[in-house]
Amino acid sequence: MDQTLLNINNLYATLESGKEIICGLDLKVGQGEIHVIMGPNGAGKSTLANVIMGHPDYFVKDGNIYWQGEDITDLASNERAKKGIFLSFQTPEEIDGITMRDFLKSAKAATCGKPVPMLAFRKELEETLNLLQMDKAYADRYVNFGFSGGEKKKSEILQLLMLDAKLAILDETDSGLDVDAVKTVKEGIIHYRNQDETHSLLIISHSTKLLKDLPVDYVHVLVNGKIVFTGGKELIQKIDREGFADFLSM
Amino acid sequence: MEKKKTKIEEFERNIYDIYDSDNIGYQVKQGLTEDIVAEISKNKKDPAWMRDLRMKSLKIYNETELPNWGPSLHELNMDNIVTYVRPGTSMTDDWKELPDDIRTTFERLGIPEAEWKSLSGVGAQYDSEVVYHSMREQLLEQGVIYTDMETALREYEDIVKEYFMKLLPATEHKFMALHGAVWSGGSFVYVPEGVKVSMPLQSYFRLNAPGAGQFEHTLIICEKNSSLHFIEGCSAPRHNTINLHAGGVELYIKEGATLRYSTIENWSKNMLNLNTKRALVEKDGKIEWVSGTFGSHITMLYPMSILKGENAKSEYTGVSFASSNQYLDTGSKVVHAAPNTSSTVSSKSISKNGGNTTYRSSVTIMPQAKNSKCSVICESLMMDDISRSDTIPVMDVRNDKADIGHEAKIGRISEKSIYYLMTRGLSEEEAKALIVRGFVEPVTKELPLEYAVEMNRLIGLELEGSIG
Repeated sequence: MDQTLLNINNLYATLESGKEIICGLDLKVGQGEIHVIMGPNGAGKSTLANVIMGHPDYFVKDGNIYWQGEDITDLASNERAKKGIFLSFQTPEEIDGITMRDFLKSAKAATCGKPVPMLAFRKELEETLNLLQMDKAYADRYVNFGFSGGEKKKSEILQLLMLDAKLAILDETDSGLDVDAVKTVKEGIIHYRNQDETHSLLIISHSTKLLKDLPVDYVHVLVNGKIVFTGGKELIQKIDREGFADFLSM
Repeated sequence: MEKKKTKIEEFERNIYDIYDSDNIGYQVKQGLTEDIVAEISKNKKDPAWMRDLRMKSLKIYNETELPNWGPSLHELNMDNIVTYVRPGTSMTDDWKELPDDIRTTFERLGIPEAEWKSLSGVGAQYDSEVVYHSMREQLLEQGVIYTDMETALREYEDIVKEYFMKLLPATEHKFMALHGAVWSGGSFVYVPEGVKVSMPLQSYFRLNAPGAGQFEHTLIICEKNSSLHFIEGCSAPRHNTINLHAGGVELYIKEGATLRYSTIENWSKNMLNLNTKRALVEKDGKIEWVSGTFGSHITMLYPMSILKGENAKSEYTGVSFASSNQYLDTGSKVVHAAPNTSSTVSSKSISKNGGNTTYRSSVTIMPQAKNSKCSVICESLMMDDISRSDTIPVMDVRNDKADIGHEAKIGRISEKSIYYLMTRGLSEEEAKALIVRGFVEPVTKELPLEYAVEMNRLIGLELEGSIG
């Protein structure tokens, strides 16, 4: 059986204004693989993450996105989530008045398509909070509401672990975090990976701190909405030292 | 806890809408004339002073203009309204004695079950008369009185006479005058000094007859240092004719007493709901209004607190949800008439499918009300760009030692939040419902569990568009 999860084929995506942000992009992510996307500001990294997730503000003008062989280019975001795609946002939304507990319960029921058994859910939530060194009280706080930057990123990882996604897209999950928070987030990501060896990751990151302990398979360089170069883990150090100058003219 | 929730969610969605075809024992002719008012009065065996009050109110009604602000009431034609419909049964304290379909209606609404589980007493009104009233033995021993207004007028005439429509004079506005002329039914509650009623009392008002009016009068007296939670529910099946509701609620809260008055209103969408509610709060007393307005074609409702004694408090928490062909004009009025009084107003409104919500409030700080505090927060959420929401707050501050805050937010439902929730697997509808539930959470958390669940369910039904 084909082990490819995500297959993006010659993708062009624009904003409503017609401004082209993704311009002829190809990307394949297989089961259990860890991909990293690096690129200068404005290259289209966050847009790519959102286009994969089906953000209604972006329009696919050409090309296709396949998930395990099925064309999902026109699928609604929630249907993609149900298939196992998860996006950890750079700036997660705050939802006032809904507790993390109720939200996670609804999300879990929606993604797995059946009601969530109460006791098992409570246990899993407590264990996951514990793993992320989050106080139990977070379960009864409103979704990301009044959370610090670090707390919001931990909340995203909490959701990732609870929702049992097959592919986790992490958009700058480590940005703006202090050393301890990066460590916790990293442990969360490693845990996600260890939960199931078929779990895949697509990590958008600037920082080497998060990446150095992860078994990264591929590093892609995104410039002007297109992947201009793909290499192995060693590319991270090179970019860290020399920046993107070498890739800009490619 | 979970079990209860499931139970309520299993209710049929059209429970509010089932019409009992024929339960009319007696009714007056359509319209509003001296003869009709006299007939109602005679029928109810009013004492002379009450008959006079009705006749005077009718005169005031005829001399008073319709309000020249707010929603248009041009659809109301009093010539078509039947102001008094007596159900074909008399009042009982045993559900089993009620005619089958009336009993089934209240069972469907969950009233007997709630009574048994979590209420101290229940009154149930059907059209113009209360058909069921009962209270736990223990409250009786503590001297609490909870009965229908007609019984109160017979058995406690002195108390009723002292308070009846003193806070709600017929001169107040046209529909208060109408209420004075044709009032019928409602609840009377008297809580003696120092008595704390632990579980709520609930009165439920059901208007079944098409083209009828309901004009119940609720009078609650909380003596010194007593406390009570009173819950009011209302609903009606949908008809093609205009129905009218012009109830009156007057609450007397004595020194150090606390009263919470909660309402979940789900009138059918042919209803003009022109209700008047007022509380007079003495020294150290407190009124807490919790109000959910979902149904009706037009609602004009502004519960008022008069903070008469030093250190008196008022809290108003309200939510309204207007869908197509609904105009809900709601808010709160507060008069600070003594030093160190405080009030908070927190209002949330949601409009959808062309629905119209207006938040209208007035806060008056009298010259003598030094060091008074008031905080008003109103927020509106519009689900689309054909719906409408207005905010009309008025503040009248007549001394310079008052602390006043006002905050208003009007906005469309956030596309970003919808997207965020959808990326977690929720459908667009589920995402919107969750956001709306979060938006009204400050109100639901003030309600007992069963009612919070009912309110969330009503919100769910409104969002699906399956009510009315």
